[in-house]
Amino acid sequence: MQIIYTVLLANIARLLRGFGARMITRIWRLGAASRLFFLTIFYSGESFRRFHLTLREIYFTGVMSLLIIIVSAFFVGMVLALQGYNTLQKYGSSEAIGVLVALSLVRELGPVVTALLFAGRAGTAITAEIGLMKTTEQLSAMEMMAVNPIARVVAPRFWAGVISMPILATLFSMVGVLGGYLVAVPLIGVDDGAFWSQMQANVDVRDDIINGVIKSLVFGVACTMIALFEGFDAPPTAEGVSHATTRTVVISSLTVLGLDFVLTSFMIVV
Amino acid sequence: MKSNIVEIDNLSFGYKGRLLHKNINMAFPRGKVIAIMGGSGSGKTTLLRLIGGQIRPTRGQVRVDGKVVHEQNRDGIYALRRTMGMLFQHGALFTDLSVFDNVAFPMRELTDLPEVMIRDLVLMKLNAVGLRGAHQLMPTELSGGMARRVALARAVALDPNIIMYDEPFAGLDPISMGVICDLIRSLNDALGATSIIVSHDVKETFLIADYVYFVANGEVTAEGTPEDLMQSTMPFVHQFVHGEKDGPVPFHYPAANYQKELFAPKSR
Repeated sequence: MQIIYTVLLANIARLLRGFGARMITRIWRLGAASRLFFLTIFYSGESFRRFHLTLREIYFTGVMSLLIIIVSAFFVGMVLALQGYNTLQKYGSSEAIGVLVALSLVRELGPVVTALLFAGRAGTAITAEIGLMKTTEQLSAMEMMAVNPIARVVAPRFWAGVISMPILATLFSMVGVLGGYLVAVPLIGVDDGAFWSQMQANVDVRDDIINGVIKSLVFGVACTMIALFEGFDAPPTAEGVSHATTRTVVISSLTVLGLDFVLTSFMIVV
Repeated sequence: MKSNIVEIDNLSFGYKGRLLHKNINMAFPRGKVIAIMGGSGSGKTTLLRLIGGQIRPTRGQVRVDGKVVHEQNRDGIYALRRTMGMLFQHGALFTDLSVFDNVAFPMRELTDLPEVMIRDLVLMKLNAVGLRGAHQLMPTELSGGMARRVALARAVALDPNIIMYDEPFAGLDPISMGVICDLIRSLNDALGATSIIVSHDVKETFLIADYVYFVANGEVTAEGTPEDLMQSTMPFVHQFVHGEKDGPVPFHYPAANYQKELFAPKSR
């Protein structure tokens, strides 16, 4: 009995030690990420003085993500119209399909799905690029040339992500509405005028559209910063970069979903 | 002006409880090519990082041009680094920039020179390393030796006072090795700079170095001109210089008794 207690206590102690070590690592990483965030803001002047650096990154993160965003938005809009019509017709309000598609996209799906796709497409690319720059000593070379990598590499990518995300989310919502229209009006036969007029009457600029843009801005800051930090913090090995890329997708996705709940709560209450 | 551009005084450096360097003293006179040699993992590259201010010493100090490196703030360290050039082991070229843009990078970032002048300077630097004709290529299109030469052109882009080379001969074919060897010496003399070479390639390093420090077990175990060290009877230096398999640096990593381990009960 004594031996069982001793073994049990030893195992509990080992588990607690492991848990504590993991928590300390996470807190340390949170601190390091916050430090990188403030340094990025501090050294952001260069990104605007030499805007071509930021513009180049907007091309890689924003423009190159357009295809996946537009195709996904189109299908999401079409599915929304199909599902929405299926439910609404039971209550005899199938004309409200336009409002349902628009509100779902502008308030939630536009910012959230765009952020998730952005994390998978642009976020991973940012992490892998910076991780490899670290592995191949390109960041050290920059440091040794008296060029600050945060000002030259991190800040332009950060602002590119922050600028790109709301534009991509807006495009997502627009294309999604178009996809919903194509399914609802020509395919199902909902009245064209009812589709647009109900949408016009019920979608509010401040409560719906502006709030959606605010969400996508916050997601842009979070997703880009996570991708940059993971790349910057990646151990300089192939395995390290691979793990960092995976972490970017996992942490960004969970952060976006968590932040979405928090932001929605505030927006509905206020 | 002091005769030594870089001085290392009683320097100790360690991390994670392990002391990598113990009371190291070195001097790097202006205009000379000085080599730091030693086996893999002896902390040679760390010494370059200490000189460049990328890490702080645990004890002692590194002085560059009379200034204590670790006492400088960020601006001070960057000001010192502007007088240095460094060639990394694998070149560390920026893979998203062409050869031309790689060499132009420090000029565009650190000077206000007009683009016309930058173009001429870049072509002159590339001509010095024999790669003017490759200026439009991307780093992925270069061989290892060519990448190292482009990195060398980038390292000397702003005519530094100190040029540091981290394993400049590693992994190169004999022709490229000869070219790099010749370039290090000729660029040093043409620029009037001081070169610090970290290497374990004895033949090439001895050919161009004016003075050599041997680092082992965290200490400077021997120093002198290449001729002195070739004649040295110190066991470590003799083993290293003549490439002997066994000696003070054992062939075998410390392990349990061979026979006992083979006949021990099998467990991993």
